[in-house]
Amino acid sequence: MDIDSLTIDQVRDGLRARKFSSVELTTEALRFAAAENSKTNAYITFSEDRALGAARRVDEKLARGEDPGSLGGVPVAVKDVMVTKGVRTTCGSKLLAHYIPPYDATAVERLENAGGIILGKTNCDEFAMGSSNENSAYGPVRNPHALDRVPGGSSGGSAAAVAQGTAVVALGSDTGGSVRQPASFCGVVGVTPTYGRVSRYGLTAFASSLDHIGPLARSVRDAARLLGVVAGRDPLDSTSAEAPVPDYLAHLTGDVKGLKLGLPREYLKDLTSETGALIAKAVDKLKKLGCEVHDISLPATDYAIASYYIIATAEASSNLARYDGVRYTFRSRSSDSLSDMYRNTRGEGFGAECKRRIMLGTYVLSSGYYDAYYLKAQKVRSLIARDFANAFAQVDAIVAPVSPYPAFKIGEKVDDPMSMYLSDIYTITGDLAGIPCMSVPCGKTAGGLPVGMQILARHFDEQRMFRLADAFERASGAN
Amino acid sequence: MKITEDEVRYVADLANLKLTEDEVRKFQADLDEILVHMDRLNEIDTSQVEPMSQVLYEAEETATLRPDRERPGLGSQLALANAPLASSGYFKVPEVIKR
Repeated sequence: MDIDSLTIDQVRDGLRARKFSSVELTTEALRFAAAENSKTNAYITFSEDRALGAARRVDEKLARGEDPGSLGGVPVAVKDVMVTKGVRTTCGSKLLAHYIPPYDATAVERLENAGGIILGKTNCDEFAMGSSNENSAYGPVRNPHALDRVPGGSSGGSAAAVAQGTAVVALGSDTGGSVRQPASFCGVVGVTPTYGRVSRYGLTAFASSLDHIGPLARSVRDAARLLGVVAGRDPLDSTSAEAPVPDYLAHLTGDVKGLKLGLPREYLKDLTSETGALIAKAVDKLKKLGCEVHDISLPATDYAIASYYIIATAEASSNLARYDGVRYTFRSRSSDSLSDMYRNTRGEGFGAECKRRIMLGTYVLSSGYYDAYYLKAQKVRSLIARDFANAFAQVDAIVAPVSPYPAFKIGEKVDDPMSMYLSDIYTITGDLAGIPCMSVPCGKTAGGLPVGMQILARHFDEQRMFRLADAFERASGAN
Repeated sequence: MKITEDEVRYVADLANLKLTEDEVRKFQADLDEILVHMDRLNEIDTSQVEPMSQVLYEAEETATLRPDRERPGLGSQLALANAPLASSGYFKVPEVIKR
C-alpha cells in the first residue's frame, strides 16, 4: 500500500480483500500525515480520536458484511472553516484558537455517514480570505512541489495535503477561487460546484452569496465521488438547491467527441508565457479528443475584480461582526466597557487581511457610498452572469487558465494586497455567476511547478464538466 | 485621493475595530489603491441592468421553507461552552449602565 497515492477505489478494494482494516489504514494515515506535516504545515489540528472511532465503525460494518459507504475507510482532510463537533475549528484565526464547535457542518456529517475518515483540519487563510495561505495565524503552508513557494489559497492546506498524499481527498471552500487556485498551484483536481449544490450549514460564513464547499482530489473520479457524497438539498441551508444529484461516475465515459468548447479571449491576455503555452497545449489535446474549440468573448471580465472585492468584502464585514468577544472564546483582556471590549477584541484578534476587508466592506456599505459601490457592483455582477449565459447558448463548456502564473514565492506578494487581488481574475467570475467550475492539472513549468486548466459549465451541469475533465486527465496519462 | 486617514478612523469606528496609528496609515494607502481600481466600474453603463444579489435557480416559491416542526436546540450549556465569560446560563459582558 502506497499511502501517499491511494485512490478511493484502492481503499475500497483493500478493505474488501482484507489487505488492511480501516483502523490499520487510519492509524498509518495519521502517522504519515503527522510525520509529513513539518514539511508543509498543511494541517492545523489532527482528530485522531474521531478518526479512529469512525474507522472502528467501518470495520464493524465490514465484519457484519454491510456496505461501509462510498467513502468507506477513506482518509479525508477538512478545511478548518467547516465546523466539527468536539474538534477545534480555528478558521485560521487567532480569535478561534480554542473554539470547539457544538455541532457538525452538513458536509462533514455526510462524508462521515458515507464512511469517510476525517484525519484533521487543514490550514487556510484567516476566515478564507487570501490567495496564498499566508494570512493564517498558524503559519503559512508550503507547496509540496517547492517548499519555498505558496500552495495558493485560501484552501492551501487541503490542496497541499492531497498533493503531498497526507489525505486521499479533502474538502475546501471557494468564494473567489479558493479551491481551484490552490488545486492549480499544487497539481491536484479542485472543484467549485454550482452555487447551492452543497449545503453551507456549518461552513463559517465569509461572503454568503459567493461561498461554496468543494472537493479536492488527485483524480477527477475521486473528486466527482466526493461531490456526490456531500451534494444535495439540506433543510438547514435554505440556499441549498432541490435539484437531484446525478450519478457523476456514470458520466465519466471518456467520450467528448463533438463537445463545443469556448476559449474566452479575455482570459488569455495576461498569462506568463509558460502558463500560456501549457494552456495552448491543453486546448490542442482537447481538439485531438474531438472537441470543437471556439473563440468566445466575456466582455465584462475586466470589471470582475472590482465587482467581486466590493460584494465579497461588504458581505464579509457583516458576517464577521459576530466576532465581538461575547460568544466565540477570544476576548481582549483590556475591556472595561462593552464598546471597548468589541473594539479591542476585534483589533487584537483579526489579522491584517481580515481587517483590510472589514474596512473596505464597511466603507462601501457606509452612508453615501452604497449606490456608488455596492449597488453598482451588483449590477456589474449581473453583466458577468449574462456574459456566461450568452456564451453557454453557443458552447457546452468553457476552458480557461486558473491563474495567470504558477505558485509564487512565500513573501513575494504579501505586502501588495492589490496585486494579490488581481491574481484572482480568472476564478472570481465563476463564483460571481454561481456556475460550476474546476481546475484540472495540465502540466508543469520547466521549474517543476504545476499549472491547472479551468473548466466552467452551465448551472448544475457538473456531470459534463467532469466528463470533459476526466477525458482530458486520461489523455494526459495522469493517474 | 479617495480616502483620508480621518475617514479610515471613521470607518474603523463603524466596524468596531480598534486600529493602531500604523494600521491607519497602512490601510489609508491600501484602501486608496483599491478604491482607485474600483472606480473603473464607472466606465460601464448599468442604467438598464438589474442588480444581482443572489444566484437564483428554478424552484417553487416555498422550496426554501422547511416544515415548521419543533427541533431540539443546543441547550444553554452547549451554547455557552465557548463563551469567554458566562455564568448562571448567561453570557457575561462588561457593565453597560453605570449605577
